[in-house]
Formats: sequence, C-alpha cells, structure tokens
Amino acid sequence: MGKTLLQKVWDLHKVRTLPTGSTQLFIGLHLIHEVTTPQAFDALRQRGWRVARPDRTFATVDHIVPTRERQRPFLDVMAEDMIASLERNCRDFGIPLYDIGDDRQGIVHVIGPELGLTQPGLTIACGDSHTSTHGAFGAVAFGIGTSQVRDVLASQCIAIEPLKVRCIRVVGRLPRGVYAKDVILTIIQRLGIDGGNGYAYEYAGDAIERMSMDERMTICNMSIEGGARVGYVNPDETTFKYLEGRPFAPQGDAFTRARTWWQSMASDADAVYDDEVEIRAAELTPVVTWGVNPGQSIGIDGKVPLAAGTEQQSVADALSYMGLRSGQPIAGMKVDVAFIGSCTNGRLSDLREAAGIVRGQRVANGVKALVVPGSVSVQKAAEREGLDVTFRDAGFEWRDAGCSMCLGMNPDKLEGNQVCAASSNRNFKGRQGSPTGRTLLMSPAMVAAAAITGEVTDVRQLLGQVTAGVR
Amino acid sequence: MSAEHIHTVEGRALPLRGEDIDTDRIMPARFLKSITFDGLEKHVFEDDRLAIRRANQAAPHGIGHPHPFDAEEYQGASILLVNRNFGAGSSREHAPQGLRRWGIRAIVAESFAEIFFGNSLMIGLACVTASPSDVDKLMSLVERDPTAVLKIDLKAGLCQAPGVMIPVSIPDHVRDSLMTGAWDTTGLLRDNYEQVNAVGAKLPYLSGF
Ligand code: SF4
Repeated sequence: MGKTLLQKVWDLHKVRTLPTGSTQLFIGLHLIHEVTTPQAFDALRQRGWRVARPDRTFATVDHIVPTRERQRPFLDVMAEDMIASLERNCRDFGIPLYDIGDDRQGIVHVIGPELGLTQPGLTIACGDSHTSTHGAFGAVAFGIGTSQVRDVLASQCIAIEPLKVRCIRVVGRLPRGVYAKDVILTIIQRLGIDGGNGYAYEYAGDAIERMSMDERMTICNMSIEGGARVGYVNPDETTFKYLEGRPFAPQGDAFTRARTWWQSMASDADAVYDDEVEIRAAELTPVVTWGVNPGQSIGIDGKVPLAAGTEQQSVADALSYMGLRSGQPIAGMKVDVAFIGSCTNGRLSDLREAAGIVRGQRVANGVKALVVPGSVSVQKAAEREGLDVTFRDAGFEWRDAGCSMCLGMNPDKLEGNQVCAASSNRNFKGRQGSPTGRTLLMSPAMVAAAAITGEVTDVRQLLGQVTAGVR
Repeated sequence: MSAEHIHTVEGRALPLRGEDIDTDRIMPARFLKSITFDGLEKHVFEDDRLAIRRANQAAPHGIGHPHPFDAEEYQGASILLVNRNFGAGSSREHAPQGLRRWGIRAIVAESFAEIFFGNSLMIGLACVTASPSDVDKLMSLVERDPTAVLKIDLKAGLCQAPGVMIPVSIPDHVRDSLMTGAWDTTGLLRDNYEQVNAVGAKLPYLSGF
C-alpha cells in the first residue's frame, strides 16, 4: 500500500512516541519573527538553555514593521522594542536575522521560499498560522504557538498528534479571471472553516499541477482558514525549477541528488487517503467574502445570503457587522480602501496580475489604494519591471515590505468602519486594525478592479476591455 | 521543572454564545505588541466588549446585557462555555494566555480550532468538548444561576453541575498530559537529545543529500 507525502515526512522525522501517545517530531527548519518569539527566548534564558539548532533557525521582521519611514528608532516605541528584542535574541543565540535594511527581509512565508530554505520533504515550524504556505513545496509545515516555539528553540522538536489526509483534487481548466485565490476561497466555502480540523490537505489534480509555485503558495497559505493546520502539494518539475539556483538550495551534484530524493517524497500513486474531494475548475468564478470569516463568501455574480436555517444567528450577526442586507448583490458594494499584499498574495506574480488591470487607469475618487510587496526581493523585482510606476501612476501608494494592513499591527490600519477590498486572508472582525473595519477578501486582480471602479467589480469585465485594446 | 497535575477543574462558569469565535476577537492584534504576556487579561475580547458597551449606551433606555466578560455575575468564573470552532484563525498564544490570566482554567466547547486547542494544552488550560445540546444545557443553567458551581472531572470524562451530569470528551494524550503534568513539554523533548540528533543525522537535507 502506498504512502502519502505526509506519512513519509512524518515517519522520517519521528523521534519517538511520547508517554502521552503524542509524537515527538523533529523540525527541519524553524522560521521566527518578532511577534511570537520574545516570551519563548525569555523562557530559554530563565532555564539557562541554548538554542538547539541555530543553524536551522532563521529570523526576519514582518508583522509590525512600518512600510514607510523605516529609519530607526521607529516612531512606534513598542514596535521598536519588539524589533530590538528580536535583534538581541538573535545575537545572543547565534541566529541569522534578515532585518530592516537587509535585501532578504520580508514576510516570513515569502522569504523562506525565495531564499530556497523551504524545500520538499522538510518539517517546518513557525509561530504563525500561515506556515502552511510552505507546503506548496511538498514540505509539512505547521503553525505553532509561542510555547511550542520555545520547545523548538530548546529541542528542535514539537509534541504533536498525527494528522489524517484529505486529498482535494482540482480538475480542469480555470476560466479567465479566476485565480488560485478563488480556488482556495471556494474550497473553504464548500468544506467549511472547520472542515479541515484534524486533517492535512493535499492539493492535487491537473489544475494544481499547472499552477506556478506562487499560485500553489496562495492555495496552501489559506489551508488554515479551512481549519487544516497543514496543506501541501506534491513536489514536481515546477518545484525543482523554482528552487534551482536559490541561495540555500543545494547546488551542482547535490541538486541532482536532492531532486531524486524530493521526487521520492511525493505521495505514491496508490496512496490511501482518509478522505477525497473533487473540485471542477471550469465551474469556478471570482469569489468575494461578504461576512466575518473566510468561509462566508460568494461568487461575484452572487447575492448576500439570507439569515436562515441553522446558521441564522451567525449570518445575521455577520451581515449587521458588514452593513449588508440579505439578498443584496455583492457586486457594486462601495469600497474605501484597496490593499494588495500579504503572504497570501504579495508575490511578484500577484503584483504583475494587478498591475495589468490598473495600467493606464486611475484609482477611483476617495479610494485609498496601497501595494505592499511581500518582501524586499519582490519589491525590487517589481521595480525593475516598472510595476511601481504603473501603480503610482494609477494613484496607488507603493510601500516597503511587510505584513502591513493584513493585520494592522503597524501604522497601516483601516479607520472607523471603512470597507477594504483586500488580497489578504482574514476578514475577521477588527482584523485590519480598526475594531469596526470591514474586509472583503478577493484575488489581487479583483482588488485592483475594485480600486479602479470604487466598488466590488467583476474583474472579468475589465479583462474583456483589456483584450479589446487597452493592452 | 514540574508542572501542575490537573485532574479536576471546579468553579463558576461563564457562558459565551456564538460560533467560530476567532483569536483576533479573543485578543486583538494590537495587544500582541509586547515582549511579555503580562497584562493580557485586561484585553480579552476588548473590541467585542467595547462594541456592546457602546451599543448599550446608545440604546434608548441604556440597558442591555453586558458582554459576559463584563457582567458582574461572571467575574471570578473559571470555566468558559462556548459553542462550535472556538479559537479559529491566528496561532497567537496570546489568546489562551489572556483567558488563563483572566482566570479561566477550563473551556467546554462543542469543538475547538486545532492550533488554539494545542496552545491551550501547552499552558495547562483544559479544553474539553461536549455535544451541542449538552453545551446548551450548561449555558442555560449558568445563565439562570450564575452562582452554580461546575466540576469537570478529566479522568471520568464528566462535567457535573447542580442537577445535571454531562459526558465530556478529551483526547487521551491531552488527558494524560494534564493529569501527569506532561503538558509542559520542553523538558520531555529535551531529555533524549541523542535520539533527536540521530534523527537529524539521517535526514538527507541536513547532510548535503
Ligand atoms: S501577511 Fe498577514 S497572515 Fe501573513 S504572516 Fe503577515 S500578518 Fe500573518
């Protein structure tokens, strides 16, 4: 009987079964950032422990960094404090840090892959729930809390329960204007935001196989929004091609050997899954969220649902928070802010796609639009292509790399009850920094469209215009 | 390093109705901007509480139910009663840390989001599940009588309240961890360092393939 990638990686990294029945699992790569680690380092200091594998631990700053006026000390004293604390911890414990001013700085889930740290067959942990992103390379990547960060620092291991595997096959061709983001939002909507509890999601099928690494990362990134702590795609030629030549990827003969091993880690053709689901790509449309969790979404042609049935209370509550009426079409909803960025959709291909929509257009009156590249490397690559000019000419702000308005821990926040078209991953109440702010999740192309028209807009219409001549 | 052995949790309860309550609501991100967990108890559900306070002030007669975390009758409660998929979203441990520092020692839910559940265990906060109808039974009972004392017996898998006894589920490894103090895992994970190194040594990616 064949094995899944998850089983293979698990077996290889299992140290032992703990007395409680949990697995002690070796962590091959530990990524850390400023927000979820200070207390973990404190615990090590208190107990007089060292970091077990500083050579397998890498740090960057992303969550609270300003995206302009980055000279030190930061204006925000608490932010300065947190960065200074990470700097001290990395120095004291011998951990490489890609700090402000370093060309390798960026959102932790964007830089890991860029640097070639993220590779097939690894176990990866990070004190952040979107660590699932790294699964796009065929790694088993977990989001963990601060106490587990402490465990990994101190022992290079975590105590964890085995996961079941659900294979989600996306078959057929995606229509024009429908992106990886729409695929994952559809999966979450269909399977539920807690449907993945206890599961790792394996994304497969020809539509996934045709996707670039950027697109696969978008899909794996949001696994956690469907309740699955782990999401992955089997490694293939696309994966290997992406990795070749990256700073931390094996070079020369080692790359050839690595490739053979990586291939062997993919799920076997006769692997047995705990559950299987099929999604038909051709049926999908651009998706927009209307509520206060990532599962509350509809197609762009859809209408906001009625508060009825078993979910009556939560739907009614979400609608009142969002200021929407049951039965109202989502298209045409006015937006105040357009945000392109985040670990879900802040990579170069996302910026290219969005720039294609805004080129030669103007941001609608009264709309604040900003682009926050996921990393310095994305930012520079985009600037080399002139995308910054395209965005600026259209009236977007072009910022420095970080998490920014995805969670509003830096100065980039919604104000009052502003409505934001966002390419990020969470539309929870208050998520974007204003306790009454409202978030509509969608693809970066859809955010670009909303920025131009000032309202939720079917990007397929604009794409139609583009083919008709503008491009 | 010996962690507390937790066999039972006994105390008054606080019912908090609603599904899919995410960790951004339990602990808004702005309170993560600190290098310690100190003081987080003050900010549990801060935005939800503020929204309810504002709505109540704006109401014509100025009276509505306060948020349960603000209600006088629930101050000092140690058992939190919640519905489905509690703790969804962000992996911030600040959420269970805030609840525990507020005084919560156990949570009874219809279900939990996975990372929240794991984070709670790591700090000795007992999370157990019960059927929707049993959770509702407990919530209604406490809403009627906030002074009611509940007792969760981890070994027996039961939650006892005046006049009711309901079964609660807890995975074996969680029960064992709480009862033996093994929920503080670091020591355990560090005491077989050679075995850990042996696993590291056989990984192709750590030895140049
Ligand atoms: S971009 Fe958003 S979701 Fe991603 S790591 Fe940063 S805060 Fe978390």
